[in-house]
Amino acid sequence: MSYRQARFDEPLIQEMKDTREEEDQVEGILPDSMLRKELDIPNLQEFEVTRHYTRLSQMNFGVDIGIYPLGSCTMKYTPKLGGAIVRSEKATQTHPLQDESTVQGSLQIMYELQEMLCKIGGVDAVSLQPAAGAHGEFTGLLMARRYHEFRDEKRDEVVLPDTSHGTNPASASMMGFRVVEIPSKDGRVDLEALENAVGERTAAFMLTNPNTLGIFEDDVLEIARIVHDSGAILYYDGANLNAIMGKTTPGKMNFDIVHFNLHKTFSTPHGGGGPGSGPIGVVSRLRDFLPPPVVAYDGEKYFLDYDFPRTVGKVRSFYGSFAVLLRAYVYIKLMGSDGLEWVAERSVLNSNYLKERLKGHLDLPFKGLRKHEFVLSGAKLKERGLSTRDMSKRLMDYGFHPPTVYFPQIVEEALMIEPTETETKETLDAFADAIISILGEDREKVAGAPYDASVGRVDEVAAARHPILSWRMLAREE
Amino acid sequence: MASEESEMLKELGVKSVEELFSDLPAEIRIKGLDIEKGLPEREVQKDVMSILAKNRTSGEMPTFLGAGVYNHYIPSAVFELLSRSEFYSSYTPYQPEISQGMLQALFEYQSFVCELTGMEAANSSMYDGATALAEACLMSVRINRKRKLIVPRSMFWEKKYVLENYARGPGLQIEEVPYDSNTGTVDLAQLRDLVDDETSAVYVESPNLFGVFENFAEVKESVGDALLIAGANPLSLALVEPPGDLGADIAVGEGQILGNPMNFGGPTVGLFACKKEHIRKMPGRVIGATKDVNGRRAYCMALQTREQHIRREKATSNICTNESLGAVAFAIHSAILGRSGLRKLAAENISKARELASRIDSLECFESPVFKSPHFNEFVVRSEISYLNVNDHLLKQGVQGGLYLSAHLEDLKNCAVFCTTEMHTKEDHDLLIRALEGCS
Repeated sequence: MSYRQARFDEPLIQEMKDTREEEDQVEGILPDSMLRKELDIPNLQEFEVTRHYTRLSQMNFGVDIGIYPLGSCTMKYTPKLGGAIVRSEKATQTHPLQDESTVQGSLQIMYELQEMLCKIGGVDAVSLQPAAGAHGEFTGLLMARRYHEFRDEKRDEVVLPDTSHGTNPASASMMGFRVVEIPSKDGRVDLEALENAVGERTAAFMLTNPNTLGIFEDDVLEIARIVHDSGAILYYDGANLNAIMGKTTPGKMNFDIVHFNLHKTFSTPHGGGGPGSGPIGVVSRLRDFLPPPVVAYDGEKYFLDYDFPRTVGKVRSFYGSFAVLLRAYVYIKLMGSDGLEWVAERSVLNSNYLKERLKGHLDLPFKGLRKHEFVLSGAKLKERGLSTRDMSKRLMDYGFHPPTVYFPQIVEEALMIEPTETETKETLDAFADAIISILGEDREKVAGAPYDASVGRVDEVAAARHPILSWRMLAREE
Repeated sequence: MASEESEMLKELGVKSVEELFSDLPAEIRIKGLDIEKGLPEREVQKDVMSILAKNRTSGEMPTFLGAGVYNHYIPSAVFELLSRSEFYSSYTPYQPEISQGMLQALFEYQSFVCELTGMEAANSSMYDGATALAEACLMSVRINRKRKLIVPRSMFWEKKYVLENYARGPGLQIEEVPYDSNTGTVDLAQLRDLVDDETSAVYVESPNLFGVFENFAEVKESVGDALLIAGANPLSLALVEPPGDLGADIAVGEGQILGNPMNFGGPTVGLFACKKEHIRKMPGRVIGATKDVNGRRAYCMALQTREQHIRREKATSNICTNESLGAVAFAIHSAILGRSGLRKLAAENISKARELASRIDSLECFESPVFKSPHFNEFVVRSEISYLNVNDHLLKQGVQGGLYLSAHLEDLKNCAVFCTTEMHTKEDHDLLIRALEGCS
């Protein structure tokens, strides 16, 4: 497949000149001493602004254009119904502090979503409050901390495998825990290392299952036993839940706290980086620690339940990212139990198929089945003076978004590929063919890529060394 | 099963997709999910809209609530442009060459935030105003290694709860500075008494919970060596002197105000900006300008070595997913209004609130505004009778009154904070006034 991305010499909106004459002196509205002297924002006409952002959009790749196989990000297609519904005034034009009697619709959606997430996660209670996956981790660890405090136990460590997402150790350290990382064995948790790592100081063990190599931790019940015997909480990072829906649940695997990534598993669009949503689910013994409110139903009306005697308190304003929750609700209704199980099956089929197509061409560390994603090593590219980075840039010229690269860190020159269920065999074949074709290309050709993206290879080192973060800083530079 | 699925299974050498799940032990297997089967689009559409129909929107029932989420008019072009799926169906721009559109839009957002706040650098969004404040406090601790924070009593209590949770990890101490009962602004004498050698930062917001503008210049003189974290309303900043010009070290705020609907409280956008000297201590994604290999201007994520995906437990924050699309909405709305549109809109909010406050004040049982200082678009109303009864009465008349304050601020008996914006018509104000008249 060939591809050419749009390329406009589009100035920054702040660099555009006034084209709208308008009086904005507001006499006497506030004391003069309070007023600002300068505000350098151009007065433009609507059509100019529309054209500007339309051009920018054309210089951006989204999953509606083609495969976007970022491992652990679950970049799947979003059915369009959710978008149509979240734009309705019935959804947008309600204030979070309105009287409960006037927001029964929103509360019902949230209540039913909580119930469905309980089923999907195999947990007993869910709070929809956290704004993203990492925020769910933060909330879960806050709960773990409070749980141990209530039992008068001083536990100040969080244990996690070296394949864990970067947010896991970051959330743990933000919560004041010492992070203990254990090495993996054959791409799985090393039970002996786990046994040695956990103890009376362990507050929680955080695990993604399937893990970030796409491998299912088949010792999960033994892992749970070891963790629980030590008195610690077993935390489920829900980033990879897509692969197992309808086949098992985190609850069934004996996890105590779970976060869901609605923007991954439940297809709410990633928005160029957000908004997401990271609801948190727990087994019954942790229910009273949830951040309030949770939506409850008394048989007649829905209401915000603040009765959580041991609550950790709030982690953001109000109740959650309602518009994202609504989209996830719509998605689950469209898919249903049968559709969600198909999601797991097809995502796993796509991933194993693509893995088989590619494993003879790039190294595949660790044997056996994969779930929704797999990790290849681009180590042998180095023999030709190339890298995974070069490979990923060259993929753009073929019309594909590159996979996640250089993660997990235990695989050299990693390419972490998650095709998701919303790709056809034809696309998977084309993607595999592109990688194989690139492996046969001249070194110089690959090293100079991309050629057909909006810009050539970007100097990210300069951006890090000498940060220019606004148009004023840029104007001074230029 | 689709024929391509059978083909793929065949090539994998397995008989059924079930074999691909043979690595899941039998003890953990379930037999499907106990939820309804999937429904056709037209049925889901109908069902969901009939549930949502139970909501009463601000268009159907004038709402005088603010306190962090505000009802402003969003131009159609904002929705239209945000609906471009090149934007919304992309993710964090890890691959800059193919993501220039989102990167430039976010760089423009950062530039708008810097321009409005008067700060030199901004990140590309936090979850909301409350978490932006909490992260600002953690950042101040990273900067000066001190352990005490001072926040005003005159802030929305939910924000304070969030801050308390973020402060729990590093074990920070939070103290409250009272407000002046006449002006509603931070009591500067008491602030000076509270600040000591261990104070990492002082947070003050303008307008505050009471809708009253603070004087950042005077606050700055009262904080000594502590950092000043300024909370600001981006719309009001089109008119008033920005915190960056008045000595603030970090500025935070609610970005929902521009470009983003109320959405029952989320998603919103957390504004976060700081002085240039602190950028390496900032949390969150930051977009920088650079060049491509041909010398063309280009944008990419900058300072990624602060972030969790590289630095893990040593990262400045755990944030990964943020509120990028809401940030782009903020930028587009600001661009459509322009300097003059922003300034006029801010002025309209001030004059509308002033007019409504004085109409309420002329009613027999009400005093408003309670605080005698310049306000933005919110103001405190005190009633002679129980405010909770007033609120019930308003609801019966089809009006959602302001936010009741007294449960959290005991000295403000029977008080509520009301908000009005350009969305309210004269008829909406008349309806409120008539309903309040009926209370006495």
